[in-house]
Amino acid sequence: MSDIAIKDIIKPENLVYEKTDLMTDKTLSYCPGCGHGTAHRLMMEVVGDLGQENETVGVAPVGCSVLAYEFMNVDMQEAAHGRAPAVATAIKRLWPNKLVFTYQGDGDLAAIGTAETIHACNRGEQIVIVFINNGIYGMTGGQMAPTTLPQMKTSTSPYGRDVATMGNPLKITELVAQLPGTYYVTRHSVHTPAAARKAKRAIKKAFQNQLDGKPGLSFIEIVSNCNSGWKMEPVQSNIWMEENMFPYYKLGDIKVDGKLL
Amino acid sequence: MGELRLMKGNEALAEAAIRAGTDGYFGYPITPQSEVIEYLMAEKPHERTGMVVLQAESEVASINMLYGGGGTGKKVMTSSSSPGISLMQEGLSYMAGAEIPCIVANIVRGGPGLGDIQPAQSDYFQSVKGGGHGDYRLPVLAPASVQEMSDFVPVAYDLAFKYRTPVLIVSDGLIGQMMEKVELFDQMPRLTDKEINEKYPWGTNGKPAGQERRVLTSLDLDPHKLEKHNFKLQDKYRTIEANEVQYELIDCDDADYIIVAYGSSARISQKAIQLAREEGIKVGILRPITLWPFPKKAIDELVIKGVKGFLSVEMSAGQMVEDVKLTVRERTKVEHFGRYGGVIHSPEEVLEALKSKIIGG
Repeated sequence: MSDIAIKDIIKPENLVYEKTDLMTDKTLSYCPGCGHGTAHRLMMEVVGDLGQENETVGVAPVGCSVLAYEFMNVDMQEAAHGRAPAVATAIKRLWPNKLVFTYQGDGDLAAIGTAETIHACNRGEQIVIVFINNGIYGMTGGQMAPTTLPQMKTSTSPYGRDVATMGNPLKITELVAQLPGTYYVTRHSVHTPAAARKAKRAIKKAFQNQLDGKPGLSFIEIVSNCNSGWKMEPVQSNIWMEENMFPYYKLGDIKVDGKLL
Repeated sequence: MGELRLMKGNEALAEAAIRAGTDGYFGYPITPQSEVIEYLMAEKPHERTGMVVLQAESEVASINMLYGGGGTGKKVMTSSSSPGISLMQEGLSYMAGAEIPCIVANIVRGGPGLGDIQPAQSDYFQSVKGGGHGDYRLPVLAPASVQEMSDFVPVAYDLAFKYRTPVLIVSDGLIGQMMEKVELFDQMPRLTDKEINEKYPWGTNGKPAGQERRVLTSLDLDPHKLEKHNFKLQDKYRTIEANEVQYELIDCDDADYIIVAYGSSARISQKAIQLAREEGIKVGILRPITLWPFPKKAIDELVIKGVKGFLSVEMSAGQMVEDVKLTVRERTKVEHFGRYGGVIHSPEEVLEALKSKIIGG
């Protein structure tokens, strides 16, 4: 392709996509193929679309997305493992007009932070929780998560998750949906353009709920892949996710406007 | 003169929290300090000053609520007793690392473990040596009266925001539960959001238009950067040690012997030195008000003056005595006396220990 042809292509009228300023220029620390980067971007696009960049406080977890605050270009706090809902509770109670969210993985939200998650939901804190469920501990090198599927092999379940001794995968999203304090509970994925667009609409609805002062917490689970932890090629991991994760963690709305579907 | 009231120590602490302009109190009930949150809930501080009071699901949640709230530049506070304070050590370490101000009051009870609900001073090590993981120290104020339970709240906030650090108020079940006359200070206004942003530009409450975002974290995966951050923290601790020591000297001018005691032990020791002086024994009290930074210089001066012995009187098996020994460095005698596990020593026992361990020993 000649230089002239490139110049002809790079014109403002041809722009179809632009990175939001609310993502920093720092190179993502995630493995190629991982869904975290997409989830970050969707959230920051929503914050920008809603004009809330100066009114937003995010809380990052411990896990692969421990460095989320390096990529999300809004005010951020880094919480201890599992404690983000407690941290976000106080921020929102003390600054009720701010948009407050947590971003948490499965170990953070559904294992060590179960109490903080359940009670923030139960109190109906007006925050948004974005929960990334990839069924494994990525950061520490692929150990079993509360959401690891039965018979799934991880470094701490090397012969597969034996549900008789290791428990069953925890559907914490269905669990929090039962609490009167949650207003919107939904499950999505970001592994295809169509899925990402749907997830973005859900994120927007959740943040809009908070801005509108809707009574309760908005909770979005994103079922995601962990190609490194699952020891698969990225494309293969997405197929595996569709075939194995989605039947157990069914995508779609679970509770809308405070009503269970 | 301020308003006079007869109050429990725990109630005085709670009332002082409202009057000091606290924005948020987050706590979990535990004996012998549950009156703090009970008083606050009954008092409806939201109507008085706009202060938020929330009962958390655990002490782990309480301390992390302080992390979140303190991290936005608001004045936040919690209180608990020993087992609950152990649960907060994780959060305190993170707050020391991320340099987030707050007040944590510990109404100490007997331990270890669940222990009992009677007064003790056996959380000294945990309070003054760091408590959680990593290299850090926290300023520790030790009230010896219901009056000081009130007075130390604004003092603690000043330290917390001046140095961006959690500050501990370490009291015990005796001072928390007993009633005394207290002169309350006048209501201080809560800061407006605008004032907070002017005073504390590090507060993460929504990045100001046209400015860089703020991030609060205790993480740095680059060891050289983390070491640099630790150097900064250590410099801060040296500054606190140089500038923030507080102590009280009682009858030390002519004293041959010194009792080192804080909190309830200092109160009991006051009666003991009165009994001693009736017998012609010249003994004074050095009362550390800040347990960290420890009043090393004051002890050193007493050693140089020729004091013949120090008795560290604590409701513990001997914790503060180690800091007294570190300061005295074997130039004169240092011993410990204390009852513990929730048992309180009598003035007579203190006098007897002074005679047997220091004078006759």
